[in-house]
Amino acid sequence: MSEQLLKGNVAIAEAAIRAGCEAYFGYPITPQTELLEHMSKRMVELGRVFLQAESEVAAINMVYGAAAAGIRVMTSTSGPGISLMQEGLSYIAGSEVPAVIVDVMRGGPGLGNIQPSQGDYNQVTKTTGHGDFHPLVLAPATIQEAIDLVGLAFDLAEKYRTIVFIVADGAIGQMMEPAELPPMRPLPDKRPSWALTGAKGREKNLITSLYLGAENLEHLNQKLQAKLKIIQANEVRFEEQFLEDAEVALVAFGTAARVAETAIQDLRRDGLRVGLFRPISLWPFPEKRLAQLARKVKAFFVVEMNSGQMVHDVREAVGPIVGLQVPIMFFGRMGGVIPLPEEVEGEIRTWLTHKMGMEETLPLED
Amino acid sequence: MVTLTAEHEEVVYERPISLTDVDTIYCPGCTHGTAHRLVGEVIDELGIQERTILVAPVGCSSFAYDYFNVDGCGAAHGRATAMATGIKRANPDNIVFTHQGDGDLASIGIAETLHAAARGEKITVIFINNAVYGMTGGQMAPTSLIGQKTTSSPFGRDVKLTGYPIRMAELLAGLPGTAYSVRRSLHDARHIIQAKKAIRIAFEAQIEGLGFSIVELLSSCPTNWGMTPAEAMDWIRDHMIPYYPLGDYKVVEELKRKIRRVGESLANTQIKS
Repeated sequence: MSEQLLKGNVAIAEAAIRAGCEAYFGYPITPQTELLEHMSKRMVELGRVFLQAESEVAAINMVYGAAAAGIRVMTSTSGPGISLMQEGLSYIAGSEVPAVIVDVMRGGPGLGNIQPSQGDYNQVTKTTGHGDFHPLVLAPATIQEAIDLVGLAFDLAEKYRTIVFIVADGAIGQMMEPAELPPMRPLPDKRPSWALTGAKGREKNLITSLYLGAENLEHLNQKLQAKLKIIQANEVRFEEQFLEDAEVALVAFGTAARVAETAIQDLRRDGLRVGLFRPISLWPFPEKRLAQLARKVKAFFVVEMNSGQMVHDVREAVGPIVGLQVPIMFFGRMGGVIPLPEEVEGEIRTWLTHKMGMEETLPLED
Repeated sequence: MVTLTAEHEEVVYERPISLTDVDTIYCPGCTHGTAHRLVGEVIDELGIQERTILVAPVGCSSFAYDYFNVDGCGAAHGRATAMATGIKRANPDNIVFTHQGDGDLASIGIAETLHAAARGEKITVIFINNAVYGMTGGQMAPTSLIGQKTTSSPFGRDVKLTGYPIRMAELLAGLPGTAYSVRRSLHDARHIIQAKKAIRIAFEAQIEGLGFSIVELLSSCPTNWGMTPAEAMDWIRDHMIPYYPLGDYKVVEELKRKIRRVGESLANTQIKS
């Protein structure tokens, strides 16, 4: 295998196929449509299932059906589609069947626009549907990482019988980068024991999220919460750059992390000790590592392509540490505007200058 | 005097093996159970129990999967045909059917229903039309009759306000992907026998891979109609059938040929027994 120039959406689609995705259901929406288009050709060539659904509502329920049948299944969409899929996602979570969902985020709210955004952070990590659940959320910053995380997403979805999100944004979906695709994985020759395949030679199987008795439903919830704790203990992923000697830790994911990386390189050239903390798993959020960093760095600087959504998770991770007053600042652009490295640098330089003039620890500020 | 022993007993009627031996949640006089019984008998007769998958809806029949002895699942409200699509595409050799009420199929799920039919999805839909939302307590359904009083149309359904009841069997017959679309009634024995034949043909259409098949069953809801079970049966006959005429709205040619063959084989079976 060697590197080739790949568009993000196409790379994610092909990576899914090579990870053993046997069915894809989706609906066209910019900026993810190339993903659906790639699937429409390749899945058919391979004799697998591709179906363009009549809506995202139908697509996610087709995903639910195929997942209940025990095959690797995926859909992809953007924020407006995720809004429509929330109903189905909640059923999938309640029924504990595995599914991989790709959200190539665009600007919102409403119809918004088709520019890159990270405005769905809260939606995918916290408000993915009615009831108590969290999907596992993975956020790539490069096309190579997107490819690698797609394979991981299918494995984790199956391992935990959960929803796994890949959250990219319009930039990662649309841009081209050199990347290497993995080899084609062989498809499994049998289905999981819980899958709907017809009750032949076994008791009937049931896939449902309906539990009329309050105690029964509480029991399901306890089971789901216990599983989430295991996921929190085992599936935290992040990357650190230049944090060994850093006084200021930039915290950013996805495309915003790439902007932050450029800003850090510029600031480092001027001798400023800044580094990058990049959450790869947005849920589970790497809160323990951030809490450790809070004892090392003098400030956190969160950069997002939204009004400040992940920054709340950073505060939650760092805030409760008694006796520490580490400022957590935020800089973001909204509506599909990608922040420029110069803007980020400017914010940090201003803050550092401000800090120099003060003797006491700064109060928390946003 | 003759002493009767087990040897003298002959089983003339029993529970289909495709149904489970449990009590249902259905009210007295409700025809959901009748529909289940017919479907169970058909699954037994066709010998497809081990490869059938039921998609239950949201509504009174949410627990239908407890009553059938086949693999089952519970769809979101209105999404049963989309979920069935996912299952059938994943498992083309399985027989997949949904059992849906009027609110589920004709209101919140009408897009999923129409598109599954338009795609010629090889699934079977058992459609219970009782002109009311049963589970939530008798609100107006998309199939509530003109002037029908419900808990959300207390002055009677006013077409100026809420439009007209939808005739789904006719609507779905207009789509090329539909192989079989018929309406039957469950209000008396004769019609129940006719309904069973239609259910059998609908499953045969799927087994033959001919496309989407649906049997609309005019059904009772005495609890929410405020009637006795007997009055409810009469109401189906006197009020529902005039607006929802019974009949075959679409039977594709291939299926007609198949029905003739089945008819012959059934006739032969009857002669033999």
